[in-house]
Amino acid sequence: MQLLSIIYLIASVTFILGLKMLSNPAAARKGNLIAAGGMALAIIGTIFLYTDDSGQSLHNYGWIFGGIVIGGIAGTFSAKKVKMTAMPEMVSLFNGMGGACAALISISEFLHISSTNKGFTLYPPLSKLGNSINGNITLSTTNNDFIFQLIIIVAGLIIGSISFAGSVIAWGKLNGKIKDVTFKGQHGFNLLIFGIVFFIAVYFVIKAPASIDLGDNAHLFISMITKNATPIFFLLFAFSLLYGIFFVLPIGGADMPVVISLLNSFTGVAAACGGFLYNNKVMLTGGILVGAAGTLLTILMCKAMNRSLKNVLIGSFGGSASTGAHNAMVGNYKEISINDAAVAMSFAHKVMIVPGYGLAVAQAQHVCHELEKMLEEKGVEVKYAIHPVAGRMPGHMNVLLAEADVSYDKLLEMEQANDEFKTTDVVLILGANDVVNPAAKSDPSSPIYGMPILEVEEAKMVIVNKRSMKPGYAGIENQLFFQPKTCMLFGDAKGVLQKLVGEVKSL
Amino acid sequence: MLNWITEHEQYIYIVILMVFLGIEVIGRVPSVLHTPLMSGANAIHGVVVIGAIIVMGKAEGDNYLALVLGFLAVILGTLNVVGGFVVTDRMLGMFKKKKN
Repeated sequence: MQLLSIIYLIASVTFILGLKMLSNPAAARKGNLIAAGGMALAIIGTIFLYTDDSGQSLHNYGWIFGGIVIGGIAGTFSAKKVKMTAMPEMVSLFNGMGGACAALISISEFLHISSTNKGFTLYPPLSKLGNSINGNITLSTTNNDFIFQLIIIVAGLIIGSISFAGSVIAWGKLNGKIKDVTFKGQHGFNLLIFGIVFFIAVYFVIKAPASIDLGDNAHLFISMITKNATPIFFLLFAFSLLYGIFFVLPIGGADMPVVISLLNSFTGVAAACGGFLYNNKVMLTGGILVGAAGTLLTILMCKAMNRSLKNVLIGSFGGSASTGAHNAMVGNYKEISINDAAVAMSFAHKVMIVPGYGLAVAQAQHVCHELEKMLEEKGVEVKYAIHPVAGRMPGHMNVLLAEADVSYDKLLEMEQANDEFKTTDVVLILGANDVVNPAAKSDPSSPIYGMPILEVEEAKMVIVNKRSMKPGYAGIENQLFFQPKTCMLFGDAKGVLQKLVGEVKSL
Repeated sequence: MLNWITEHEQYIYIVILMVFLGIEVIGRVPSVLHTPLMSGANAIHGVVVIGAIIVMGKAEGDNYLALVLGFLAVILGTLNVVGGFVVTDRMLGMFKKKKN
């Protein structure tokens, strides 16, 4: 047990160090490995060194190793196989697994303390008293401990279930399996479900435990779970899952990364509940650390999109009123041929590429890199302007371009890019929309008003590649497309880029 | 209540310190690293698998409900840990490659 405490201490330090290094580009990969090493140490240590309050070590090794092998193989396989574009939904799915794990722990613990025919729980170190008690009884010096244990179990159940159900919905939404569902009075409905969850939880914590004081001198309480507590517990489970589903269902796709990040911190808190339950400090440290860091990350992401967390959770993106107003402004747009676009870029001094999610779904990052090389051979300066929320998650686009070997110093962050647009001849927008929408600066009625954007209209010419004139993810019309210096180049990003590469080569 | 706080003093300290540490540690992360950081944090909360292992290891050998629940929890928790770290490593590996 003492050795295990030291192992847990080491693991906790590796988690902190790992997170710290993950925030620094040069050290990030090492940080991830260090945290992984600490985790492996903690897991192995737990399996072989853990003993409970009465000194019993763990058994059922076959089941434990079986589970670890299955989970390990499935995890490695899916993590290696997943396409880089599908990364956000993969992270969401893994997060859901963690939430489900926390909920299952709570269920198991509840069944354990409420089981009618088996064993007894000695909670805290009552084994010292040498009592041998049969039945479904928990003994403690105050009944506060028992109630505290129940609160933790309930908290782990609720948070874990919400995180699981929500993550699965987020996963389905990101890969297009689940559509946005909105109906009238949805917020009221969600609030009602949340109210029900809260009410059942409070009712359960008040009604489930039955404690008997053994007398003033003994200061000893016998606590047990009342019989009809079990159905209430599972009702709470069902409503928590339901809340998780309806919580994520109305949130628009553009806000999904924020939600995943939030659910990520939820799972952290659920893991910390396990830490309280087992007096396990590494679970507590890791869980709370992620809970706090995840919450901050959620807020940072909201800031990058100029949305408040409240707006993300309550208002779905792109209200009907504002879209109506923009439709009136729709004017004429002009198209450009592949040939003209190739000429314009080949004879420019500086070309700025603005990649968006359209580039990612078309898997066009490699062709894009090819075009960049081709243009550079002709003496054109090529750079990339990366909006903080380009792609589906902050930083997602950098990962995708990195995958295609695009050099790190060619990627400009928003502020740098905005300084350079003035001296840019041609801006090539590949499947980006909302992040270049001037309405964010000029139209206070727009739902994205105030969001920092890439000011591409400062450049001499803007070529926009889109599949069609359909509005972007936020469902807002983009006036940029109707400006005189803008040309539209319709088609799938990959196909268009391939043709562009061919044209540029032949010039 | 006061009694309870004194009894759990250590844990309350850990919670408070970790909240501040968690915020401090990632406070200056560049937006480039938001996705890998989220993914890495996601792997770290997979520490919940330790709870699953304890549940599993304490279950009585003939209590099949407990065994199955614990088994499922261990699988899911391991998926979270292993998948999370591997995916993060893959993302970060790409950053490294183009640096040299």
